Amino acid sequence: MSERIIELKNVSKQFPSVLANDNISLHINKGEIYAIVGENGAGKSTLMKTMYGLHEPTSGEVYIKGEKIKSFSPSNSIKRGIGMVHQHFMLVPSFTIAENIVLGSEPRSKRIFSDKKKAVDIVKSLSRTYGLEVDPNAKIQDVSVGIQQRVEILKTLYKGADILILDEPTAVLTPQETEELFKVIKRLVNELDKTVIIITHKLNEVLTISDRVAVMRQGKLVDVVNTREVNEKILAELMVGREVLLEDIDKPEIKGEEVVRVKDLVVKDNRGFDALKGVSFHINKGEILGVAGIEGNGQSELTEALAGMRKIEVGHVFIKGIDATGFNPKKIRELGVAHIPEDRLVTGLSKVSSITDNILMGSQFKEEFCKNKLHLKRDKIRDYAKKLIKKFDVRTPSEDVKVGSLSGGNMQKVVIAREFSFNTEILLISQPTRGVDIGAIEFIHDQIIKKRNEGCAILLISAELDEIFRLSDRIITLYEGKVTGEFKNGEITKNEIGYYMTGNRKEQV
Amino acid sequence: MLHDVFNLTLLQNTIRTATPLILAALGGLLTMHAGILNIGMEGMILIGAFFGVLGSYYFGSALAGVLLAMLSGLLIGLIFGVFTIELKSDEFIIGIAINIFAGGLTVFLLRSIFGVKGAFSSPKIVPLPDVHFPIIDKLGFLDVIFNNHSVFIYISWILVICVYIFLYKTPYGYWMRGAGEHPECLETVGVSPKRMKYISSLLCGIFCGIAGAHLSLGYLTLFTENMSAGRGFIALAAIIFGASNPIKTFGAALLFGFFDALGIRLQGVGIASQFTQMIPYLATIFVLFIVAKGKLNRKGI
Repeated sequence: MSERIIELKNVSKQFPSVLANDNISLHINKGEIYAIVGENGAGKSTLMKTMYGLHEPTSGEVYIKGEKIKSFSPSNSIKRGIGMVHQHFMLVPSFTIAENIVLGSEPRSKRIFSDKKKAVDIVKSLSRTYGLEVDPNAKIQDVSVGIQQRVEILKTLYKGADILILDEPTAVLTPQETEELFKVIKRLVNELDKTVIIITHKLNEVLTISDRVAVMRQGKLVDVVNTREVNEKILAELMVGREVLLEDIDKPEIKGEEVVRVKDLVVKDNRGFDALKGVSFHINKGEILGVAGIEGNGQSELTEALAGMRKIEVGHVFIKGIDATGFNPKKIRELGVAHIPEDRLVTGLSKVSSITDNILMGSQFKEEFCKNKLHLKRDKIRDYAKKLIKKFDVRTPSEDVKVGSLSGGNMQKVVIAREFSFNTEILLISQPTRGVDIGAIEFIHDQIIKKRNEGCAILLISAELDEIFRLSDRIITLYEGKVTGEFKNGEITKNEIGYYMTGNRKEQV
Repeated sequence: MLHDVFNLTLLQNTIRTATPLILAALGGLLTMHAGILNIGMEGMILIGAFFGVLGSYYFGSALAGVLLAMLSGLLIGLIFGVFTIELKSDEFIIGIAINIFAGGLTVFLLRSIFGVKGAFSSPKIVPLPDVHFPIIDKLGFLDVIFNNHSVFIYISWILVICVYIFLYKTPYGYWMRGAGEHPECLETVGVSPKRMKYISSLLCGIFCGIAGAHLSLGYLTLFTENMSAGRGFIALAAIIFGASNPIKTFGAALLFGFFDALGIRLQGVGIASQFTQMIPYLATIFVLFIVAKGKLNRKGI
């Protein structure tokens, strides 16, 4: 039997309001790829942070390379050879790649100065050894997320890691970049004798890459299985605790007229650069237009511009034939547009307000809820909120609960309940299932399809390709602010679309 | 009348008036890099000015005055750090509290130690020495502008270079900037961002203490109530205008110093002091307006 490189014995972690890890015992063997899967809030990240020393467990014991850990700190873990690639990259944007890789243990000249030339040489030789090409002098803020991830991996290798923990490493990657990453992981394990722990919620990836899988649910370790012996369905059931039916959805063909037309749209981002460089498309009644693209290629600016939250520099937006360019959000809503923003906590909800008040937003002047635009009819509003909570399956003890205390999935359901109940003909939907668990994803998808079948024109922006493919009728790809391709769903595979998402037409590859 | 204002003396005065700004701004930009907006510099300078006079008066040595000013600055920096870094209080509130506290404390100590109101001056206060460079004696206008200044004027220039090297050439500088830009990142590579924030806060206190001592022992040889007169805030404006870069901030501080000196010169030719005293502050508002406008334009709103 191979050596146990990490072993957890009865590890629990109690946070003020929640038991994040409940009596977990597991071991990871040297030289294996070990996956940890679970829904959001299942405790995967907490468990990993404990292994990496960012948390101290409330009770239980952690052994690394047979040695019991007494003081938990990242610097101790680094010394023991553990490296972690965080989901949100731990890189300083204004520093160069080399500066980021050596940060914290810089090569020095004359003891107090940092030796930049040596740092660059170190990075070059690391790149060669591990086959991870990077430009040491490029700044992090100027390189793609794929490269940033490479930098993160190099960073751990520079610090001498032989155990790598990867937290949701594929969340921000294209299918091609994911493939590339998996090759790197396999090489690290097979040729260079490293151990890799990978945390993810994408089950197909787990099946491709891992040797063993640990499944977590609500802070508990449900099971540890050999990857060979399971399939996606079994894993999903273990994760959710019940059968999950993410099957193909019934979408009857609807022939509808054009409702939205966007022409040559140019919009600037917060830094003043062009985020959209002449984008045109249209959406018909009863159609879901999916926008595929790696985050940061203009998707956020597109929805904001259409919702009236960002200035349109050049071009026009026509809604139901009316030129709505430059309209403010209120006027756009009056034209029949509802908007599910990408970040529910920033623009979708007020965390400190109750569910009732959040549901009321946008309807506060409607005659049925408000007398003479002055006096709110509290009872009616409460009944309405109760009705929506039930209809949209928001899991909450009462309608007076502050939205901030709900789980991500339930918060999102509150936004969807409000926006879908305006009975509008046009929906702008951005990242509808970000940070939402599988059960809620199923429900949200059903609601979106229902709206489509009722004849809504829907713009769907999502970082999850699976979601785009599952829901859309038509797909456009967005790369660096330009539309690089347009397809009917079914005409193209996920792998092929990846090329368009990185600006490479198929024939050029 | 114009040549009474715009002459070599104006430039010489610029260097004098800019120095407290430079010293305070160097401290403030360290905290800025470490991710702390320190508006308490005003109070730190005032306290430094008072303890500079106190040390010089009692020990009969300018050096003792400077050391006491640095020590007092260090203490205030520590208090600022404990509240903002450890207890996570609002930086703004603590900064304002320090400014108010400094005003009250110095007035109180002025009365209880020296028994005077408003201002304290005495022949027993030893001023900081002026430095004379015989080499540039014969170099005409260079001699007028650069020679025979108080010692901390020259030290402040050296410190600009030192801070620049510290921030961009040493690992500690990288850590300090990392602590401000991405503290979690620093933590995961095993360097405590909290520690770097503390160090920046303490250094800021020391720099402001020196700025105060220079004000009360180099620029003038007395202490008056509220003698920092907004310099902490103008230093903050210089940091913002200089994008927290020591060299650019040095330039911005010289610019603000120039307007300060201009105000003084205009007063000399008979323009109402109520107006001339407004000049440095108007210039500050104007410059900040330009900085803010640049940012807004980029946002496209």
